[in-house]
Amino acid sequence: MPGPTPNVDGDDSPSDDSDDGVRIDMISGARMDGLTGMEKIRLILDGVRDGNIVILEEGLSPDEESKLIEVTMTEISPDDFTGIEIETYPKAEAGDQSFLDKLMGRKSTQKLTVIGPANQIETLHKDENLISTLVSRK
Amino acid sequence: MGLLTNLKDSISRVTDGLFAADEPKRIGIYGPPNAGKTTLANRIARDWTGDAVGPESHIPHETRRARRKENVEIERNGRKVTIDIVDTPGVTTKVDYKEFLDHDMDKDDAVRRSREATEGVAEAMHWLREDVDGVIYVLDSTTDPFTQVNTMLIGIIESQDLPALILANKTDLPGSDVQQIANAFPQHETIPLSALEGENMDEVYTKIAEYFG
Repeated sequence: MPGPTPNVDGDDSPSDDSDDGVRIDMISGARMDGLTGMEKIRLILDGVRDGNIVILEEGLSPDEESKLIEVTMTEISPDDFTGIEIETYPKAEAGDQSFLDKLMGRKSTQKLTVIGPANQIETLHKDENLISTLVSRK
Repeated sequence: MGLLTNLKDSISRVTDGLFAADEPKRIGIYGPPNAGKTTLANRIARDWTGDAVGPESHIPHETRRARRKENVEIERNGRKVTIDIVDTPGVTTKVDYKEFLDHDMDKDDAVRRSREATEGVAEAMHWLREDVDGVIYVLDSTTDPFTQVNTMLIGIIESQDLPALILANKTDLPGSDVQQIANAFPQHETIPLSALEGENMDEVYTKIAEYFG
């Protein structure tokens, strides 16, 4: 299994630069493909709890989103972690599905998703083509 | 393997529905905090059983545990529909105890309330995946419905193939915009109402019988 959120240089130790800026992890669909639902949620929450912004190329399934909310709630603690801000493009409508997908209840989950700590990220604007967010340091 | 599992789940859902036709359906009342879910649950329960479900408040996260009112019999057009109403905590992705300090609470009370709220939201998500047969999704028609929580929740409900009725609540307030909600979720029927004032409840009951009967 790939490590959770290694630095871009491959070093897992915290970077000295973390005090000077906000780290953004852009995670490809290929990297998420081999992970179980809980591994995906851990990958996201570990990054977000470190103060990082996590961008998923292909998003999560509705079931994974449901579990992400549930696990996030269990990890909220006063003066430490207040939860997540999450935004996705409103895509993956039924019109994009094949007949077999509809029959089997499969839904496309390919939608860019931005997730960050609730106290550091604020959505300024969102529509089907644009997500505009304000990111601040802790 | 995934194909077979999905097929098995689809068949199981159909057979479960057939054999459980006479059982009361568990209908979850979902929505963001302060949409009026408990006011609606109380209105339905009082109209058909004479009892309330739980206390209502303008403070977010007043409902911090899913509460069930069983065997609510609703009669419509000669048909009787029996449902269990499950009033759930407002779903959110964040809870900060400091928000409660603005409502005349000290820190200990605010922290306790936020802890209970997070447990309640987690419980509500679990109910949605495992324990409800249909959903009444309540939105405050004076606020923007295009939020990520609404989009995700509706997506989760649709992925579970649960029948869902969207209610545009608080039509008694200035600034209520029912059409905005209808535009946000065009794949679902939107019914306007004021749960507080009891406006348009006749149509709500007709739709409950139609969707969940």
